[in-house]
Amino acid sequence: MNRNLKQAFFSALLVWAVAFPVLGLKLSIDGISLVVHSQGSFTIGIIAACSVLMFLRVLFDKQWSAVMGRRSERKLVPPSVSNFLTLPKTQRWVIMGLIVAALIWPFFGSRGAVDIATLILIYVLLGLGLNIVVGLAGLLDLGYVGFYAVGAYSYAMLSHYLGWSFWVCLPIAGLMAATFGFLLGFPVLRLRGDYLAIVTLGFGEIIRLFLRNLTDWTGGPNGISNIPKPEFFGLTFERRAAEGMQTFHEFFGLEYNSINKVIFLYLVALLLALLALFVINRLLRMPIGRAWEALREDEIACRALGLNPTVIKLSAFTLGACFAGFAGSFFAARQGLVTPESFTFIESAIILAIVVLGGMGSQLGVILAAIVMILLPEMMREFSEYRMLMFGALMVLMMIWRPQGLLPMQRPHMELPR
Amino acid sequence: MSREILQVSGLSMRFGGLLAVNGVALTVKEKQVVALIGPNGAGKTTVFNCLTGFYKPSGGTILLDGQPIQGLAGHQIARKGVVRTFQNVRLFKEMTALENLLIAQHRHLNTNFFAGLFKTPSFRRSEKEAMERAQYWLEKVNLTEFANRTAGTLAYGQQRRLEIARCMMTQPRIIMLDEPAAGLNPKETEDLKALIAYLRESHNVTVLLIEHDMKLVMSISDHIVVINQGTPLADGTPEEIRGNPDVIKAYLGEA
Repeated sequence: MNRNLKQAFFSALLVWAVAFPVLGLKLSIDGISLVVHSQGSFTIGIIAACSVLMFLRVLFDKQWSAVMGRRSERKLVPPSVSNFLTLPKTQRWVIMGLIVAALIWPFFGSRGAVDIATLILIYVLLGLGLNIVVGLAGLLDLGYVGFYAVGAYSYAMLSHYLGWSFWVCLPIAGLMAATFGFLLGFPVLRLRGDYLAIVTLGFGEIIRLFLRNLTDWTGGPNGISNIPKPEFFGLTFERRAAEGMQTFHEFFGLEYNSINKVIFLYLVALLLALLALFVINRLLRMPIGRAWEALREDEIACRALGLNPTVIKLSAFTLGACFAGFAGSFFAARQGLVTPESFTFIESAIILAIVVLGGMGSQLGVILAAIVMILLPEMMREFSEYRMLMFGALMVLMMIWRPQGLLPMQRPHMELPR
Repeated sequence: MSREILQVSGLSMRFGGLLAVNGVALTVKEKQVVALIGPNGAGKTTVFNCLTGFYKPSGGTILLDGQPIQGLAGHQIARKGVVRTFQNVRLFKEMTALENLLIAQHRHLNTNFFAGLFKTPSFRRSEKEAMERAQYWLEKVNLTEFANRTAGTLAYGQQRRLEIARCMMTQPRIIMLDEPAAGLNPKETEDLKALIAYLRESHNVTVLLIEHDMKLVMSISDHIVVINQGTPLADGTPEEIRGNPDVIKAYLGEA
């Protein structure tokens, strides 16, 4: 009991040590000096209550675990249901349903909602791309945002210097990113696990710094602005068309409405995400997809069977980078502005979080996780100061309750027909 | 039957100060079954690792059909038709038995990205043929009914058989078995013997094996090479080896 008491007291103290400086104090500027003052008695009260709860929780740890142990025998989700949900077939139907819904609702949704949905779709695309590298091939890539940046700058520069349109630049951007993936992947893919993660992290940063310092070409920290939006078969969505062009609303004889542009962007993003979904679905059932899986399980056995590990890993890296390139060029078109600051490490971390949160290798999981990860911060704008805190809490809780991710997927097995 | 397919001479492998393999020589003729035996820690598996490119030998030459292969990477040697099994079975445990066999055919398949993406007729055909080959070998090793089970859930003897079938999918010329009978019961060992004989007769495969089960070794080998503490000790037909006093001494110790 004495030891418990000591531990409980220490835990309560720890609550104060962590929460008080972060939540209990407030910095404000008074004239030219910075003043620290208390957040008020309400916050202090909450911290005090938390520390008391923590004290009791640790003090009665044994009893608590006994109660929880009895309860956790009853699973939150019965195994049969969770098995059904992770079957590839079920997930395919759910994805179909989501696609239909995604096609219809923007015509009824508000402008802001469609805009956020477009952002979500960019992250879905990125998540699906990274899922190839991390989820399927098992290569931890922390520099994924580098390829996103390559895609974005490819379109930005091609349109800025050569005036090429989005639809021409999109495949070029994908190819550029894939080329970078190939070139960077070549030297690093002999590394494994943690080492690979560190090196890719470095590459991601190098690409960003390179873009930032190549001032003559990329505009340095100011980036490139006034990037044109995609067109619909040569029709722009602006109010007035440039010389020799026609606008969408004039051509169809509609009233000008800026929501058309937003919906069109959304549909383009949806198209790209669907393309990624289709390609990945096929990849899973192709020899190369099987080889990724095999390589993840046992590289030595693969080599003994004549599979070249470097080529197989490189193909995953290159394909993943290609999708990042598509996402990047779309991002550039949507924002109309690219700066190196859009491609910091935190972006890589968010994309990786989407993949891990969704459940490695699962497309539906990636979609759900992207929605959660982008929508939550948007909905919690009022609590913006605590966004990162909630983000962290969400991650910790996920790892406790569902370490396998929101909705992992069982791989579609090849079956012998009988 | 008489053509030499694999010639190894002066093979040595050094790990820092330890000379694990020292001057091992080995000649394998086509369609022969050659056994590599020796006490535990003699360096048999190290020889295998050198032959299959998992280690880069420190010295010596390995000729496959007269072509030197020492120093090539593992997958390159495998592509030349030299494949192996492992002492501790190395299957892809999360994949089904069938998929294990499909992976092994990787380089014989249509891996064109766009062909797979759009399921072109040639892609479908190549996948179908792969399935048929896998089905053929599943039947040969008696695993048809377990085709859709994940490999990790199979019994140990079945896993061993599946590993041999997986090697056969690569259409090898030499198959190297590292203790194929370890952990098998007498009945399974008999089946293994029949399987090895079948591989050699019907698929023209040359077999090189490491084995501790002397009854098996003596009954199927055409030629036996004994190594002890990394150095070659004896070399000959089963009869010669059986009567060799050095071999008996190495195995049983001096009286």
